Amino acid sequence: MNVKSGVVSRRETLAMAAIAGLAALIAPRISIADEQTVAAEIKKLYGDKKFDSGKIKLDVPEIAENGLVVPVTVDVESPMTEQDYVKAVHVFADGNPLPGIVSYRFTPACGKASASTRMRLAQTQNVICIAEMSNGNLHMTKSVVKVTIGGCGG
Amino acid sequence: MATTPTPRVRLPAQAKAGELIEIKTLISHEMESGQRKDAAGKIVPRKIINKFSAAFNGKMVFEADWNPAISANPYQSFFYKAVETGEFTLTWKDDDGSDYVAKNKLTVV
Repeated sequence: MNVKSGVVSRRETLAMAAIAGLAALIAPRISIADEQTVAAEIKKLYGDKKFDSGKIKLDVPEIAENGLVVPVTVDVESPMTEQDYVKAVHVFADGNPLPGIVSYRFTPACGKASASTRMRLAQTQNVICIAEMSNGNLHMTKSVVKVTIGGCGG
Repeated sequence: MATTPTPRVRLPAQAKAGELIEIKTLISHEMESGQRKDAAGKIVPRKIINKFSAAFNGKMVFEADWNPAISANPYQSFFYKAVETGEFTLTWKDDDGSDYVAKNKLTVV
């Protein structure tokens, strides 16, 4: 920077403004969760247990125009009897400020392990779903949602 | 939001024994995530409904733990296998300690 004159030139002012603008763009991204935080959350719940694929149908849109309201439906295949039912379902996202979205607890009285809600997604990211069966088996699935307008902070 | 959250619940009034019914719920609530900043740059404190639970004749059927990632005016649907006539008690728990309760009757024919 030219400081000899002691006056900040127009060009420098513009450059500084550009840097400030960039910083403002980058700053909110810093506190975003990532795959590691989601993995850590999962580890907190289930330790190092293995996950099987299948059984879970995670219904999310491929492209969400509005990140503030993204429908999410989880449907887990299970007979839902006293002997064999889905105990819990957890939904996570790896690109939100906080990794957790929702945790469900089902009972055999539900008849069907299915639930729908609407979530906020800050940006394009993976939605991860875990199901815990009554016999202790774990299942996992994930799906990418492209977000056009992020639903965080505004 | 100044208004008290109002739950809205939709379920069939009657069902056959063994029939699978879907219960759809909606409650008006801003679900302030605790991530937003106001005009002065201060973080708006978190205030969300953190738990939704459904019981039938006093027996727990379904529970959902909500995080700040749940949209404003949260929607939740779940299923129930109709066995006997009774009443659903749906409870939404707010961060501020208040409970919002809706009761809905189901007649099994």
